[in-house]
Amino acid sequence: MSEEKTIAATEKEIVEEFSLFDSWDDKYEYIIDLGKKLPPLEDRFKINENKVKGCQSTVWLASDFREGKVFFKADSDAMIVKGLISMLIRVLSGHTPDEILSDKLDFIREIGMTTHLAQTRSNGLLSMVKQMKHFALAYKIKNGSITEYEHGRTENKSN
Amino acid sequence: MMPSSTIQKAQTLDVIAIRKQFPVLNREVKGRPLVYLDNAATSQKPQAVIDALLDYYTNYNANIHRGIHTLAEEATAAFEETRDAVQRFIHAPAREEIIFTRGTTESINLVAYTWGRKNIKSGDEIIISTLEHHSNIVPWQILCEEKNAILKIIPINDNGELMMDEYKQLLGPKTKLVSIAHASNALGSINPVKQIIEWAHAAGSLVLVDGAQSTVHLDIDVQDMDCDFFAFSAHKLYGPTGTGILYGKKHILEDMPVFLGGGEMIKEVTFAKTTYNDLPYKFEAGTPNIADVIAFKTALQFIEDVGKEKIRKHEQDLLVYATAQLEQIPGLRIIGRAKEKVSLISFVIDKAHPQDIGILLDNRGIAVRTGHHCAEPLMKCYHIPGTIRASFAVYNTREEVDELTGGLRKAIKMLS
Repeated sequence: MSEEKTIAATEKEIVEEFSLFDSWDDKYEYIIDLGKKLPPLEDRFKINENKVKGCQSTVWLASDFREGKVFFKADSDAMIVKGLISMLIRVLSGHTPDEILSDKLDFIREIGMTTHLAQTRSNGLLSMVKQMKHFALAYKIKNGSITEYEHGRTENKSN
Repeated sequence: MMPSSTIQKAQTLDVIAIRKQFPVLNREVKGRPLVYLDNAATSQKPQAVIDALLDYYTNYNANIHRGIHTLAEEATAAFEETRDAVQRFIHAPAREEIIFTRGTTESINLVAYTWGRKNIKSGDEIIISTLEHHSNIVPWQILCEEKNAILKIIPINDNGELMMDEYKQLLGPKTKLVSIAHASNALGSINPVKQIIEWAHAAGSLVLVDGAQSTVHLDIDVQDMDCDFFAFSAHKLYGPTGTGILYGKKHILEDMPVFLGGGEMIKEVTFAKTTYNDLPYKFEAGTPNIADVIAFKTALQFIEDVGKEKIRKHEQDLLVYATAQLEQIPGLRIIGRAKEKVSLISFVIDKAHPQDIGILLDNRGIAVRTGHHCAEPLMKCYHIPGTIRASFAVYNTREEVDELTGGLRKAIKMLS
């Protein structure tokens, strides 16, 4: 899906989807629905190392790097955060580190969800975006020598 | 005999008239009238308090205690009047026992850094409880670590009440301080501080009472309570932020080393030696928070004008009503069922994260607090990541409680 589209195109798509909603209730219902549909992260990824810091709710984020592209998977115990995560994954996953690093995620503002990026929300969306960009940066640096790398340790590997 | 409705009217407060005094209650959030139920975090401010701040900056802004000009005299007089008002409000024996700080947190830290560093030795014991706010945990942890002293914790029962028998067992010859919340910010439990203090004193220990959550709700008489220290914040009593109080018994305060060094707290300074000012100025280094302290007097006046008894009745009515209404919501579990509670309710909802509930309530203009309420050890004790907390003040109404329960039902439906 997102692998064929540019980040900007996916963002535009999301903005268009949200423009159909009249009320905030509808927007939240949609986000909650996205949260419910996001496949749960396998338990082996739900470890401390993959926790995103600074969240009132818990967010786990794992990524891997294949053929020059970063792929994210994530989960949360809170449904709205999970819905927001689902959108971030849809936008950023499957793109190159450079594409991810240069994106400003303007769609969040355009769909009226800026408050979720505010410090006060402490829902970890901001930390989540930062962490996604950190992964991208790390892969970019490593990309000089390797093209296959998996980040987000699993229980097996950490044992 | 008076008809009961007349009695009722005489004893209840005019909430509509009170609401008119709080301008923020007129605003809308997300297109709906604000329902502010986060009063345990901070209360809203009446117009009179806002006016007092404006009046100070508009008409007599000056630094206090040192200037000889008219503005300085007026500002000093107004500032010191608040000290007198606080003294009366908590029934302290002397005005110099009232020290202005930035808030409860600084008040507790002041004691930890001055009294604590002088009096706590290796092997000494400090007792707190499971119910404490981080502000009444961390300063003692820092002190205990530094002094190799021991922090002991009074456990709670399932209702969120202190286990007094266990407390008695914890007291001993090594106990130097018991530092305890008067009321829990996370559960609302009112602790039996008089009993706690009596037993602590019998064991030779001092007692600090954290009054952050109690002072706005309960009658505070530090002499009757016989606490050695009492700490609270102005902003939870309809006053400005950034101002707090530390009350301490005079002979203890006099014996304490100074906290921060600088202007105001000195008597004489030479490069060889500095002698310190008398109480309370000894602990008030630098230019204080003049405007907010002055406006705090107006906040106390507001409470006294309405009447603490009336406020308590009103808030307790909301607590009882809200408890009954919330209990009817399937899957909702109230955390903290102490017999004596201040007007706040913590709860969790099956299969719904507190944060989701908080966001969806905010979407309907309802402000509650979600999370661990700066009481992580307490949340761990209940094996929950956090709660949703609704806390009521003088201006809240039963209709607002209905808005809350309606909002909760809608949020639960959206999330299920």
